[in-house]
Amino acid sequence: MDNSISRDAAWREEIRKSMSPKDRMAIERVKMTEVEPNIRNKSYIEVNQGLTAEQALLEAKRCLDCPNPACMTGCPVEINIPTFIKNIERGEILEAARVIKNTSTLPAVCGRVCPQEKQCESKCIHTKTGKPAVAIGYLERFTADYERNSGKMAIPEVAPANGKKVAVVGSGPAGLTCAGEMAKLGYDVTVFEALHEIGGVLKYGIPEFRLPNSIVEVEIDNLRKMGVKFEPDFIVGKTATMNELREEGFKAFFVASGAGLPRFMGIPGENAIGIMSSNEYLTRVNLMHAADQEFDTPVFFGKNVVVVGGGNTAMDSVRTAKRLGADHVYLVYRRSMDEMPARKEEIKHAQEEGIEFMLLHNPIEYIADEKGHVKQVILQVMELGEPDERGRRSPVAVEGKTVTLDTDMVVVSVGVSPNPLIPNAHPDLKTTQKGTLEATDELQTTVEDVFAGGDIVRGGATVILAMGDGRKAAANMHKYLQSK
Amino acid sequence: MNLIVAKEHFSENVVMLEIEAPRIAKSRRAGHFVIVRVGEKGERIPLTIAGSNLEKGTITLVAQRVGVSSSKLTDLNVGDYVTDVVGPLGQATKIEKQEGAVLCCGGGVGVAPLLPIIQAHKAAGNRVISVLAARTKDLIILEDEVRKSSDEVIIMTDDGSYGEKGVVTVGMEKAIESEKISEAVVIGPPIMMKFAALCTKKYNVPTVVSLNTVMVDGTGMCGACRVTVGGKTKFVCVDGPEFDAHQVDFDEMLKRMGGYKAQEAEAFERYKACK
Repeated sequence: MDNSISRDAAWREEIRKSMSPKDRMAIERVKMTEVEPNIRNKSYIEVNQGLTAEQALLEAKRCLDCPNPACMTGCPVEINIPTFIKNIERGEILEAARVIKNTSTLPAVCGRVCPQEKQCESKCIHTKTGKPAVAIGYLERFTADYERNSGKMAIPEVAPANGKKVAVVGSGPAGLTCAGEMAKLGYDVTVFEALHEIGGVLKYGIPEFRLPNSIVEVEIDNLRKMGVKFEPDFIVGKTATMNELREEGFKAFFVASGAGLPRFMGIPGENAIGIMSSNEYLTRVNLMHAADQEFDTPVFFGKNVVVVGGGNTAMDSVRTAKRLGADHVYLVYRRSMDEMPARKEEIKHAQEEGIEFMLLHNPIEYIADEKGHVKQVILQVMELGEPDERGRRSPVAVEGKTVTLDTDMVVVSVGVSPNPLIPNAHPDLKTTQKGTLEATDELQTTVEDVFAGGDIVRGGATVILAMGDGRKAAANMHKYLQSK
Repeated sequence: MNLIVAKEHFSENVVMLEIEAPRIAKSRRAGHFVIVRVGEKGERIPLTIAGSNLEKGTITLVAQRVGVSSSKLTDLNVGDYVTDVVGPLGQATKIEKQEGAVLCCGGGVGVAPLLPIIQAHKAAGNRVISVLAARTKDLIILEDEVRKSSDEVIIMTDDGSYGEKGVVTVGMEKAIESEKISEAVVIGPPIMMKFAALCTKKYNVPTVVSLNTVMVDGTGMCGACRVTVGGKTKFVCVDGPEFDAHQVDFDEMLKRMGGYKAQEAEAFERYKACK
């Protein structure tokens, strides 16, 4: 088989000519098969069921194989999108998987949680004509799932070992990506993880119904097969400092410790029992399996749950609470639907599952019962005012207008701050005013052998941007180590 | 996976475990804690480190059986492994040379995390007065080790079975009234720390307490451990575990620590029924 990735390859031209662009444009975008809302909101089953081979083939035909594919400019890990899609069209799915894995360490993960509508798909030629983009994300997921289920999973080629030890701090999407890239280049990579499980936010944060842990596990196993070592229960800066690790032979570091610290609002009564951060709630349920009686960690099973916030984590929290048997789950957000930062798909899924949206409301006080457990929340009614510097209309309180809601559990999901643990333990690493690590465009910190990326630099972003950082940092770390 | 190399019963429900953890043994300081997990279905629980042995690469933990997770840990024996031990976590105790004496007060198993602080103060050249308090004689732990690093030791038992009869504050007041105390350190059950703090506040003695709240990750990620200190929300895991005792909102903390009581009691009943 010709496995050239060139657009001029004979096979590729043949495929292109097999159907006219007009006919390709006329095909309707595929619809993802989803589990019925009233069934899925009582179970952890994955909501999106993936495409069938027929669906994927037809969707692949929609791709025009543009000479200057704009979609690729929207991909932080530079996946060769047309090449993998055209491989699907010619039926070489394993080859498509190989193309994706050339630049992406976690295809099955990205195919599920990456906001493609804001990345690659937003640049698709179809959108210029007012049509929906090629479903690149669905096709990526199809390819990764096909390869995994084929039993012929290919491990990316690894350069001969160069004997140089590098450390990755944190095993979330940025860390795993950097580890994979460095392993490919022949480095001896160790990933240090503070928690007892590898995967970071992919494990503790994103729920099973959106990203099954078994899928994350397969991607981690692939890294193991590439020679990456994992050290769970190890907090760099506490268990050992970077200096101690330098003495043990580590030549460079990639810090991807995430945006650890949950924000609270600082309003009266917020420390009542039953009020928790989304990090705590999701960690209990996803990482500690608290909803399963077999496991020791407890969790509240609220009946009238309030989740504060409008991001993807808030959506994960409302949908989790519904699955744990809540009668009412309210999503309280201080702006309107248009300003909500969550993915449209997540908002749609939450609405279908019976989540009650209370837009333009903002909590100002919690009231507890005599045992200290939250029983009510007072919500300030808001309206939209002038746009802020980013063009997002700011919420303004409607004087004197409040609503009191009965609740027995509240999840606060209003963002996270960078975890100060690493900078505190290593004062030579400079931080910004926000507490994120200072890094150059090459993702090098103020210490030359320390690179950083993901949320510890960005302050709270997406899986794919973190992966993009991991890839970029690896390239620059390699350059740095070669110059030594 | 961390091997248990020694185990000692201090009393029926209080157990000392010496666990292999060479890196933690090396990097830990007085006041630090670890998070442990027993079994793949286990809970993550914080325990303050009671000591370490650099040569053997071990740390010492003292745990009291109060529920499922502490029972799973205290039921382990020499040769068994603790599934996860991670740390050292939190801020280390600030140890400074003091003009007057340092009053170190431990209630029940609180004496275990207090011991390294007593030793550190002694090593810094401070005069150390230790007050050990418990319900009854059998629950007074680590007395010999405390005596080794203290200039004076006062023992208090609720029932008078050992030392003097009375609560911890009786012993504390005795010390405060007899000489200049520059600082007090109090570790024990929350209710004991609350009253000890009230006691030293009366005498204007700066006081530190070490809090042992509910935690999940122990690295600042979840916020389960939050307490109000001086009107501000703090995370025990990263800002603490030690705080100015006179600023801690103990009533809020006591309530929060009881948040999962009903579920925990139910789980403990199931656990005991299975055994």
